[in-house]
Amino acid sequence: MEWTSYLAPLAQGAWVTAQLTVYSTILGGLFAFAFGLGKLSHNPLLKGFSVAYIEIFRGTSLLVQLFWIYFALPILGQAIGLDLRFPPVAAGVAALALNIGAYGAEVVRGAVQAVPREQYEAATALNFTGRKRLWRITLPQAIPEMMPTFGNLAVQNLKDTALVSLISLGDMAFRAEQIRNFTQDSVTVYTLVLFMYFGMALVVTACMKLLERYVGRWRAAGR
Amino acid sequence: MNNATEIRDATESSDPIIKFDKVVKRFGDHVVLDELDFEVQRGEKVTIIGPSGSGKSTVLRVLMTLEPINDGVVYVGGEPLWHQRRGDELIPAGEPHLREMRSHMGMVFQQFNLFPHMTVLRNLTEAPVQVLGINKAEAKKRGMELLEMVGLTDQADKYPHQLSGGQQQRVGIARALAMRPKVMLFDEPTSALDPELVGEVLNVIRSLADEHDLTMLLVTHEMHFARQVSDRICFFDQGRIKEQGKPEDIFTAPKEERTKAFLKAVLDPDD
Repeated sequence: MEWTSYLAPLAQGAWVTAQLTVYSTILGGLFAFAFGLGKLSHNPLLKGFSVAYIEIFRGTSLLVQLFWIYFALPILGQAIGLDLRFPPVAAGVAALALNIGAYGAEVVRGAVQAVPREQYEAATALNFTGRKRLWRITLPQAIPEMMPTFGNLAVQNLKDTALVSLISLGDMAFRAEQIRNFTQDSVTVYTLVLFMYFGMALVVTACMKLLERYVGRWRAAGR
Repeated sequence: MNNATEIRDATESSDPIIKFDKVVKRFGDHVVLDELDFEVQRGEKVTIIGPSGSGKSTVLRVLMTLEPINDGVVYVGGEPLWHQRRGDELIPAGEPHLREMRSHMGMVFQQFNLFPHMTVLRNLTEAPVQVLGINKAEAKKRGMELLEMVGLTDQADKYPHQLSGGQQQRVGIARALAMRPKVMLFDEPTSALDPELVGEVLNVIRSLADEHDLTMLLVTHEMHFARQVSDRICFFDQGRIKEQGKPEDIFTAPKEERTKAFLKAVLDPDD
C-alpha cells in the first residue's frame, strides 16, 4: 500500500486527538483554577478537598485513572444503583482534564502566591473586598505568570491523549495501531504519526504563546 | 489622657481624629510599639521622624489596618479601629468593621505599589468604581482632575512601568486621594526615589498640606521638608514618642539627648 493511503484514517484520528486535547485542556484549566484557588482558601473543607484532589491525581498514573473511570467506575456505580457508564470520549476527556487540572492547580497556587505582598496591601488600603482583590488585582497579575507552564502542560496533554486509544477511542494513536496491524508497515506509520504529533504540538505551543501575549499585553506596553 | 504639656489650638475640635491608647505591637520578641500613646487632631499635619526600627512606619501600617495590634486600643474619629463595641466591651473587629474604618484613610507607599496591569487612569478609577460604586464616567472625570493636580494628564493612558519613579509616586498620591480619605498616610514617600525626583513629589504633598480639612501623617527623612509643612514633629525611639513639639522647637532646640543625636546624624551626616 502507498503511504498516502494512510493519511485519510490518520487525519480522522488527528481530529479526535485535537478535540480531546481542546476539551480536556479547557476543562483542566477550569479545574486548575478551582482547586488552585481552593487550596489557598481559608475554608478548611474547601482547602482539604482541593489538597486531596491535587495529591491523588498527581500521585497516580494517568493510565490507571483512565481505566478506573472507564472500567471500574461503572461497576462501582452498579453496586450502588447508579449508572456511571461513560462513553469513551467523556471518560477520556474527564481523565485527562482531572490529571492536567491537578498539575495546573499547583501552578495557579504558586502564581497567585508569587504576586507581591505590596499589591495585596495596596488593594487593602483602597478597601477592596477579598473577592474583588482576587479578581481585579491578584489574578490579572498572576495569570501571565502561569502561562509558560500552562503551555507546557497543554503540550503534555496533547501527547497524553494517545493513552485513550487503550479504551478504544479512535484517536491518532489508535488509527496508527490499526494501520500497523493491517499493513505491518511500522516504520512508515509511526514516522508519520510522530510528525503529526509534532505538528500538532507546534500548533498548541503557538496558540498558548498568543494567549500568553494577550493576557500579559500590559507588560509589553511601550517596550 | 489630656496632658498639660500638650498645647492645642483652641479653634480645633478637642477630640482627636486619631488616638493610640497604650498600643503594643510585637513582631516575635521584638517590641515595635511599646504602650504607645499618640494623638492627632483633625486637619493636623504631623511628621514622624526617628531611627529605623523605631516603629514609625508601623504606626501608619496599623492605621491602614495592614498590621494588627497586640494590645491597647486605636481610635479613629472616636471609633475603635481594631475593635468593635459589643455592649460595654471591646471585641476584636471583623472584616465589615475594618472595611468601614478603612474608608477614612488613604496611604502612599514607599515603593508606590501601583497596579502594574492597569493604565495610570485606571489605577485612579478602579477602586472608586469597584469599591465606592461610582459610575465610570464620573470616576474618569475625577481621575483626570487628580492627574491634573499632580501634573500628569498626558500620562493617563500609560502603564506604571513607563513612568519615572517620581511620576509613579505622584500617581500613588492621586490614587489614594481618589477615595476621598479624611486622613492621608505617607510612608516614606520619597525614600525610593532618585534625588532629582524627590522635589516633584514633595511639591504635590506640600500642596495637600494647604488643605485645611485633610489630616496628614508623614513618615520621612526629608527634614527640611518636614519642618516646612508640619504642625508638629514627633520623634520616635524604641516604639514610643521620645519627644514632640512644633518644628522650630524640635529642630532648633531639642531637649532629649536621643533627639539631638538623631538630628545631628541626619542633618550633618559628614561630621
